[in-house]
Amino acid sequence: MRRFLTLVGREVGGSFHQPMAWIVLFFFLLITGFNFHAGVSLLNGSAGTTTMVEAFFNTIYFWFPFLLVFPLITMRVFAEEAKMGTIEMLMTAPVRDIQVVLAKYVGAYIFYIILWLPSLLYFVVFQIVSDVSAAGAVGSYLGAYAMLLLLGLFYCGIGCLASALTDNQIVAAVIAFAGILFMFFLGLLSLVLPGAGPFVRDLTYYFSPVQHMMDFSRGLIDSRPVVLYLSASGLLLFATFQVFQYRRWKS
Amino acid sequence: MIKVEQLTKSYGATLAVDAIDFDVKKGEIVGFLGPNGAGKSTTMKMLAGYLPPTSGRAEVAGYDVFRQSLRAREHIGYLPENVPLYPDMRVREFLRYRAALKGVPGRRMNERLSDVIELCGLMDVHRTVIGRLSKGYRQRVGLADAMVHEPDLLILDEPTIGLDPNQIRQVRDLIRNLKRHHTILLSTHILPEVEMLCSRVIIINRGKIEALDTPQNLRAKLGSSGHILLDAKVSDPRAAAGELRKVAGVEAVSIRADGDWTIFTIHAAAGADPREALFAHAAGKSWPVRELSRSAVSLEQVFAEVTHAEEA
Repeated sequence: MRRFLTLVGREVGGSFHQPMAWIVLFFFLLITGFNFHAGVSLLNGSAGTTTMVEAFFNTIYFWFPFLLVFPLITMRVFAEEAKMGTIEMLMTAPVRDIQVVLAKYVGAYIFYIILWLPSLLYFVVFQIVSDVSAAGAVGSYLGAYAMLLLLGLFYCGIGCLASALTDNQIVAAVIAFAGILFMFFLGLLSLVLPGAGPFVRDLTYYFSPVQHMMDFSRGLIDSRPVVLYLSASGLLLFATFQVFQYRRWKS
Repeated sequence: MIKVEQLTKSYGATLAVDAIDFDVKKGEIVGFLGPNGAGKSTTMKMLAGYLPPTSGRAEVAGYDVFRQSLRAREHIGYLPENVPLYPDMRVREFLRYRAALKGVPGRRMNERLSDVIELCGLMDVHRTVIGRLSKGYRQRVGLADAMVHEPDLLILDEPTIGLDPNQIRQVRDLIRNLKRHHTILLSTHILPEVEMLCSRVIIINRGKIEALDTPQNLRAKLGSSGHILLDAKVSDPRAAAGELRKVAGVEAVSIRADGDWTIFTIHAAAGADPREALFAHAAGKSWPVRELSRSAVSLEQVFAEVTHAEEA
């Protein structure tokens, strides 16, 4: 366990040693800040029942940086070590392969969580300043952030798998982005195929992160997406572990 | 400490290491010698638990390197050939991370860090970011990393490659100091280094072990065919060479002029040492002599002979 924590510490610390982390953090906060501002403007001009949480988590300004940030977080995790050769030093220390893979995954995930921490502050400030509840009920918060964490697990998994596949960070980022976009647009299939029947619509609903986020940010907690994202993340981690071992043992 | 049996590694159709066997006892410094691509690094990577072998087995400190890899790795300090380090970390921070990873307990951490930092001469740079260090310092950080957990066995893959002569000397001194506490397997293609440091030499070429002995024995095996250098002032070099050829134990003589002086290169017959006879001859003729010496066979020649025989 101590070794695992040491590895995770290195992953998180190492990512902050790189300018990339700060650039990502800067632009991410810029865009989410703008997104929040846009949400407030929207609420000012309407008399509907939309809450601040709903307005924040269901716009293009939310999804754009959200999808873009995963390849940037995960592209270096395996590819960089493979390229620099430090993987040789790492794997001749008494650590298990599974510890390394898990630590890298958890490290990327922690960075992702750190990205979202400031957003909590937005809602607190909103509530203090406007004296209006940012969410209809506490379930909205929980739902929205639970979905944020679940999607994070899933997309970090895609990113880590992509990074394990190659020595080249750019290639890793492109593969990750392609995978994430594919999964994202799979959920929007019914919009692209207007002629599709209710079967396709129902089916794509199961895959649609937009739909899931919409439900969860209203406080509608559904167990099906939870199972989907947890099991898919598990599968991706398993695949990453297999790829990591395969590449190590055949080298 | 190390026991290797029929260890084989092939990359596709290429055989990098071909069924090698050897043992290393506790406290030895063994030099692994061979031209580039001979299989040194591959063997070391397998011993360090990084590469799986195609067949055969290896044991370190009583643990099978492949079946009990984690236990074996705890006893090994490994310095890879190109010394990969995290360039974004500071020296002490890096060593602390590596020590924790290798299971150095918290209460001994600072003591171990101070020890290796002092031993490897990193006092001046222990707060410097690794990416800014010179090659020599990086090499020493790699060494410090290899021994931070007090391993029984150090596997050093070309520890002096790419260093300037001063740094090479420092690293060699360091290795020599280490032999009191560690068994060391080091690879190199610098032959004098092996003669200076190692108690035994393994010469490997094309994945096979060509020779395995002490440097002295290896030299002795070929020592009989050494040649003798006589540097004297003679009036007629050709005639003098003819006379020397008749001295007992001399097989051939070649001459080379050096101003007034003549340098005779004398090939002795196998097992013979005609130096005394040569001196007597020169003294009898009253030749002024400024050098009479027998060139020791260097490992370089042993190496050339061993690896050349393979090619022929």
